[in-house]
Parts: sequence; structure tokens; C-alpha cells
Amino acid sequence: MELISQHAKRIMEGCKDRARQAGLRFEDETLEYVVTNRDMLELGPKVMIPTLYDYWVQEVEILREQGRYELYPSNPYETVINTRPPISYYNDNNPDWLNVMIFYHVIGHIDFFQNNLFFRHTWDYDFTGRALADKRLIAKLRSEHGRWVDYVIEFARTIDNLVGYFDILEESGKKSKKEQPSLLDYYFDVFLQHGARSAVSSYSREIERYNKLLREHPEDGELRFLKRITEKYSELESLYARSLKETKPVGRTDLLEFLMEYSPFLKTEKNRWMLMVLEVIRSTSLYFQPQIRTKILNEGWASYWHDTLFLQDDRIKGHEVDYAIVNAKVTSMPRVGLNPYALGMRLFQYLENKAEKGRTGLEYFMTQDREQRKNYDEATGKGREYIYHIRENYCDSMYINAFIDQDFVDQHKLFVVGKRLNKERMSWEYYVKSRKAEAYKAMVADSLYHPPRIEVTVAENNALVLNHIFEGKPLLKDFIQGVLLGVEYLWGEEVHLYTSVPIPMKASRDIDGQLREETPKRTIQWKRFRYTMKDRTLSRTLVE
Amino acid sequence: MKKLRQLYKQLQAKGLSEEQRRVIEHEMALAEFTGAPHQAHRMRPSMPLTRSLYSYADAEILSQAMASPLMSMVAAQSLDHLLQRDLQREKDGFPRKIRVGKLVKPGRDGDDKVVVIPTTVEEKLIHDKINEEEEEGEGGEGQEQGEGGSGEGEEGEVIGEQPVREEQAGGGSGPGQGKGGAHELESTVYDLGRVLTEQFALPNLRDKGKKRSLTRYAYDLTDKNRGFGQILDKKATLKQVIQTNIALGKIQAGSLPDAQSLMVTPKDRVFRILSKELDYEAQAVVFFVRDYSGSMAGKPTEIVVNQHVLIYAWLTYQYQNQVETRFILHDTEAREVENFQHYYQMQVAGGTQVSSAYQLVNKIVKEEELDRDYSIYIFHGTDGDDWDTYGEESLPELEKMLGYASRIGVTIAENGLDGSRRTEVEKYLTKSGLLESKKDLLRLDVMSKDSNEARLIEGIKYLIS
Repeated sequence: MELISQHAKRIMEGCKDRARQAGLRFEDETLEYVVTNRDMLELGPKVMIPTLYDYWVQEVEILREQGRYELYPSNPYETVINTRPPISYYNDNNPDWLNVMIFYHVIGHIDFFQNNLFFRHTWDYDFTGRALADKRLIAKLRSEHGRWVDYVIEFARTIDNLVGYFDILEESGKKSKKEQPSLLDYYFDVFLQHGARSAVSSYSREIERYNKLLREHPEDGELRFLKRITEKYSELESLYARSLKETKPVGRTDLLEFLMEYSPFLKTEKNRWMLMVLEVIRSTSLYFQPQIRTKILNEGWASYWHDTLFLQDDRIKGHEVDYAIVNAKVTSMPRVGLNPYALGMRLFQYLENKAEKGRTGLEYFMTQDREQRKNYDEATGKGREYIYHIRENYCDSMYINAFIDQDFVDQHKLFVVGKRLNKERMSWEYYVKSRKAEAYKAMVADSLYHPPRIEVTVAENNALVLNHIFEGKPLLKDFIQGVLLGVEYLWGEEVHLYTSVPIPMKASRDIDGQLREETPKRTIQWKRFRYTMKDRTLSRTLVE
Repeated sequence: MKKLRQLYKQLQAKGLSEEQRRVIEHEMALAEFTGAPHQAHRMRPSMPLTRSLYSYADAEILSQAMASPLMSMVAAQSLDHLLQRDLQREKDGFPRKIRVGKLVKPGRDGDDKVVVIPTTVEEKLIHDKINEEEEEGEGGEGQEQGEGGSGEGEEGEVIGEQPVREEQAGGGSGPGQGKGGAHELESTVYDLGRVLTEQFALPNLRDKGKKRSLTRYAYDLTDKNRGFGQILDKKATLKQVIQTNIALGKIQAGSLPDAQSLMVTPKDRVFRILSKELDYEAQAVVFFVRDYSGSMAGKPTEIVVNQHVLIYAWLTYQYQNQVETRFILHDTEAREVENFQHYYQMQVAGGTQVSSAYQLVNKIVKEEELDRDYSIYIFHGTDGDDWDTYGEESLPELEKMLGYASRIGVTIAENGLDGSRRTEVEKYLTKSGLLESKKDLLRLDVMSKDSNEARLIEGIKYLIS
């Protein structure tokens, strides 16, 4: 691994200038390295962070990766990592024009890392530095505790997708700690809406009354209002007081943090070092959380910018065709499949165009006439501004759910592909299942990363209770044993996991020699089960 | 199909239990539904038609130059090290985590390679798809969300198709296929065998007496020659000189010979010369026999074949690569297939008659006179169904096999079609008493279809110990 040549670095700096002029914002410093394939193989399992802590599974991954590599040559790795300064990796044999394209793409990513709010918690420190410190810490612990460090890493990693990423985001966005709701808030937010009198008209009447009092008595309008309502509803104040006591945080969802705080096992003097390991795993995981939640947005944004900036770049005249070939491979919509580069970029271009013509407002929305819609153009010139706003405030699921509409689906001829068996030809047929925006949106949304939500509590006998919130999908059964084994170790007592399991209901009996395959579609019934891990053995019981 | 029906009628005439009839009819129906043999099982991760959203990454997408294939560079000792660690895990009370994975690299002209690699999974709580197809095979439309797509086409229009079964790879090996390819496979299988023997504590084979090899020669300085050669055999030469001189009367009994006066003829000098020697290494032939009838589809096949790969690897190690393998598949008829890939992948939906396979093994052994020069191992994997309920035909054939085989291992991977009742094969084997009387030759291992790798290795230990 070595730095790129001065020549290439000059090209990079030129790209940065042009990108800044176009409105991208990012820090000055960046690091570019040339890597060999061998470097890539070793970086891959370390998720491209060269200073990540060592762990034996990474070695197996390397071995396995090589096996895979032999079979299906591809190297699915990222090029840019979100550090301070950002580090990007390159092949050493790229021609200049290709480097220009890749540099723009990389700059797009860097801009995204440094501006998208979902990355906020990664802005304050350099992850490579932190990872290096963690690596040394773990090396030191390993010299003291030997293989047990690896067990703890392993068990912590089994639950490292259950970290409170959104809690962290919420915290870093807020100025002060959570405040208790005032009586007034309680009246409007809870009392009026959940009580017996929850008509919209009475609600708005109350608001009007409140506003009127404020207008007429700027000094003590609020007090007068409160006095009035407490007189009117004598039970209000006692309800409010009770609600304050009840306002407990809902079940905690950050299992790693929960274990660190409450685990009796980890609290004992001889196990305290494990807390450090858990913290390393947790912070590493939190660091990567935004990355996977912004895949479409991030790749789309980078592709949008390399596409926009490359063709304007005067330094690459004469390589337009070469570029077109590479770019087509990157950003063409596959006939079947989902390419995040292509989808994200097209959606950005679509939205820019839409905002440019003022088609984001109510007026356009209310326009029913097809012709009028087609020619609707207010020439607002706000396209760029709009997509900058999206780049700053959205993640994949918001992006997909908010912006994929029928116009977009029609414009790019998108559809959902279905698969069915043709029994005569004995083949799987792929067919156009739906061209509706709703279906397409649902399909994309379904393929997005979504870890299960697990709420953590402690039962009376000191057992740890994990409650999997049902979202229409079961947990992967094969993994439950391994995970609970680790959690039991870290908790020190038995562990329960509540989850829903689909039980297929036989539609009809198949006693009379009938083929099972012929039976009509089976229906599914969801049943709640409890998995119990005690003394390293797993058992399952039906709870409903 | 006709043959099957005939057979069914014959069986019916003999009388069948209700349960039996149901199993047979199920298999008949399957046979009608699917027909000719085809390749159903693939020894590689099933590659989805489309890529997942998250499999796209800059490094691959943006750089034109495809990375050159890098071959294994982590030394074997690191593999050993990993396995050592895994052993330690067990001692510490946690289940093992490293699996010895097998991947098949599909090659052109059917020269697929098996690559053996250690793999592991990091378990996490993640969502699973609601899998309805698992056991039902290919039934109806999937409930899944579908894939993304773009381009022309009305709703409902078919845009492409993919055969349910891939075409069978063309037989025979293509031209220009160097020896290197085959060697690579062997060497990794050999490694796997070593790993299994050392790490999983599989027993070493007891030496059953050297067998004569007809094909292999070793070259060694073993022959003696008078007058010329490569190395002078001093002791033999001295003896010869003394003999000559006794004959000449130069050496008399009772008096010290005078070394100065001894005669040495050119013929007295004895040399050792390089010569061709027959190799006496032991060698083995292994018959892998597998039931590939309809009821075997899915898990049972997976289990049987995985176990057979491991056994094959172990024997390869034990016999220092001197293992010949024969692959036999059977439903109501038996056939020999040429390589492991076909053995692994072939699937047919027919009935089940174990005797057919045993007959074929006996026939091959007899015709090729294998029992003269080889240790013979036979491993049979089945789900335990047999239309020949009482083993009337299988048992005599089995006894014949016991006459020459070093070990017969029968694995029953229950298909779970009929609940928990004992399978026919298990029943008639137990009843025959052969399991007791020929304990050191015949072993039976019954496992459920949910068995894992650890269970497989347990099974192997039992089958071969």
C-alpha cells in the first residue's frame, strides 16, 4: 500500500477544485493509496479499515474469500472510507481519464460522508486512529487473557447489529436532555387526543381558544388557559402527574449497551476487561451503521456527480467514448436486478429536473390534466438546491419511500419481475409482474437493510428477556442458537428470546396419494415462541 | 414408467402394508411428474439470478482492469492453526465453529474442480424470508417480492426463462486438459483427509496386509550384478573373492590366508544396479452407492453426499492417493456414473430397490476381479425406503458383498416422510442379524435429516472405525 504518484495527486486536486465550484463541500485533506489485489484481499475482511482490530474470523474470511475468489472472481469492496482525512484506494494501472472519473466519484462519496446527517456521529473523530487504538487495546488484552478475548469478541459480534444507532442520532441532534412534557403539552398531545373527547373539531376549537387567550393577554394568557382547563377537567392534573411517573423509556433496543450497563457477569472484578472489548465492538458497529443505510443514496450521489463533472472537465477531451463505455457499465439499469448506482443516480436526476420545473409543490400535485402536467414548468432554478437538501437529510428508506412515484417508474420503464414455474417447459419464467410505482417501491424497500428490533428487559428471576418486535418476518432460525449462546455467556444467567415463527397450515390433507405439490397455496399462521438458553442448551416453547 | 408399474403390481401381488403402499405411490407420482434423471443438487452456493443491492461496490464497478485471480497464499499451517483453535473451543465448552467447506468450481467441458476451504459463519439475529418452498420443491408461484427490472414489456409478459434443471454437462473430458487440473483436486481432497484424520480424530486404518499392485513400480538399487554396475557391494564382493580363492586352493582351512596372494577376478566384483520393482503398496477401491430416488430429494441427498465426500477424503489420505473410486446411483435400477459431480447432482424420481445397486457392485467386482488386488470399501447412502420390504433380494447380495469387502457402511438419512417409524432397510438389516455377526465388516448409521457436519463426522467415525 503506497500513496499515489504526484502526477495522479495533481489530477485529484484539480478534480477537487472543479467539484467545489459545482457546490460540493468537503474538507481539504484526502489520502489516496495504490493497492494491489493482495492488499484488497486482506483489506476486505477488515471492511477496508487497515487499522481494524485482528480477529481470527477475518483469517477464515480471507481463506474463504480466496476460495470464493477462485470460483467467482469479483472483489466486492468499497473504495472510499469515511475517515479524517478520507482514504481512497486505487489500482495502479488506471489511465488518467479513468482516474478523473473515479476521483469525481470518490469526491461525491466524501461530500456525502461529510454532509449527510446520518453520518453525524462520525464527524468528530478519525476512525482509523480510533481503530488503531482499539487494535492495540485488544492486542494487549489478548496478551493477558489469551483466547478468551476472542470469545468475547465473537459473542459481542453476534449482536453487533443490535446497537442503538437511531438513539445515538437522536442524542447528537438534540441540544439538551429529554424534557418532561409540560401540562399544556400533555393536555394537547395526550389528554385531548386519547380521551373520550377526541373529535378533530373540538381539538381545533381548543387550539383556537388558546391562541385567542395568548393574543388578548400576552402576559398571562397561558396561565389563564391552564386555569380554565384544570377547572373544566378536574381529573386532568392527577392524570398528568401519573403520566409523568409512568413515562419510562420503552424497552431498550441497544442490547450491547444494555449488557455493558447491567450484566452482573461483566460487573465482577475479573471480567471487567470484557467491557472494553464490548465497547470496541459497539463503537465499530455504530460507525458502520449509516453506510449500509445510505447505499442507494450514496452511490447515486457519487454517480450523479461523476457523470455531471466528468463531461465538463476540459482535461479529458478525446476520451468521451472510453468514458461512455465505463459509465454505461456502472450506471445502466439492468434488465433484471437492482443497481444502486443506476437507481440512485436516476432518482437524483429526476428530482433535480422536477424541482427545476417547480413540480414539487402542491400546485403541480393538484394538476390533473396530463398535457398540463407534461408541460408544467415554473423555471424555478432550484433543482440543485433541492438535491443538496436530499443529500443532507435523507437515508435510503426515506429516499425510496418519499420519491419513487409513477412518473419516475414510467420514465425509466421500471417494473417488478416475478418468477413462476412453467410446468410444460420445465423452466422458470421471469415475467413483468407489475409496473405500478407502489409495487416497485415496496420491492426496493423490502430489499433494504433492516435488522430486527429487539427490546431488552430483565425478568424477575434475573433472566434476560429479548423481545423481538414482529414485523412480518421471522428470525433466521439457524443462527438463534449461536447468538443466544453468546448472550448467555455475557449476561451470566439464562436468556429468553420471544419471537414469532410462521407455522404453515396444511390447506388440505394429502392422504389419498395426492401429490403434495398439487395442493393449493398454503397459509401461514404466526405463533409466538420463546427460546430459552440455559447452561448452553437451547429449548423452545410455545407461549401463546 | 411402465416398468415401475409392473414392479408395483408384482409387489402388490405379494402383499403390501398400507404405509408401504402410500410411500410407493408417492414415489410413483413423483416419477410421473418429473421423468428422466437430471441434475438437481449443486455443490456450490446457489447463485441468485440477480445481484443483491449491497453486492455492488466501487472497487469492482469502477476499475476496468479485473483483478487477476490470486491463488491461495495463506500457508496450510494457518489452516492447521485455525483448526487447532477450533479444537480448543470444544474443550472450553463452546461448539466448533469452523466448517470444512467444499466448493465446486464449474469448468468448461465438465472438468469441475473441488476446492476445499475452511468457512465459518458469524451468527446474528437477522430476518429470514418466509420460506414456503423449502420442502415442497417446485410448487406454484413464489410469494416473494420479486426483483427489480427495467425495459420494455407489458405486465404479465414473459421476459426470460431459465430451465429448472441445467443441462447435463457433456461427458468425457475435453482436449487440452492438462494433468494439473486433476492433480489440484486430488491434492485438496488429500489435505481434507489429513485435516479430518488429525483434527477430527478419525481413526487411522488398520493395515490389512499388503496387496500386490500390478501397475506401480518403484526403481531401486536392489538387483545384484557381477562384473559391472552402479555401486560396488563390498561385502558381497569379499565373499565372492573368498569363494573363488577357496576353489583355487589359496585359502586352506586352519591356516591364515595371505591377503597378498589372493586372486581377484573381474567376475568377483558384485555391484548393485538400478532395477524395476513391483510396488507393494496397499490400494483400495471404494464404491460409493447412493439412492437417488424421488424421496431422497433435498436434505437426505445433501447429507449422504457430504458424508461421502468426507469419507472419500479420508480414504484418499489413508491410502496416499492410491484410491480408486466408483460411483453408483440407484433407484429401481442401478447405474454407474463417471465422476463425483454427476454422482452428487443426479436426481431422478423413481422407485427404490436397494438390491439393484448391490447386484451391480457384485457384478463389477466379479468382472474386473477387483477383490484380488484391492481392499474394497462400499459406502451406501439411502433414506431407508426399499420397495423390497423384507430385503429378500438385497440380503443375499449383501452377504455376497461381505465376502470380499473390507468394510461396508450403510448410512440412512431419514427423509421424514413417514414420521418416526423405522425404515425398511434398517428393519431388515437388523432382522438379518448381519449387523451382529459381521460387526467388523458391516456398519449401519441412522441419522435424521437435520444432522449437521459434526454429526456427519461422528457417523463416519462409526462407519470406519
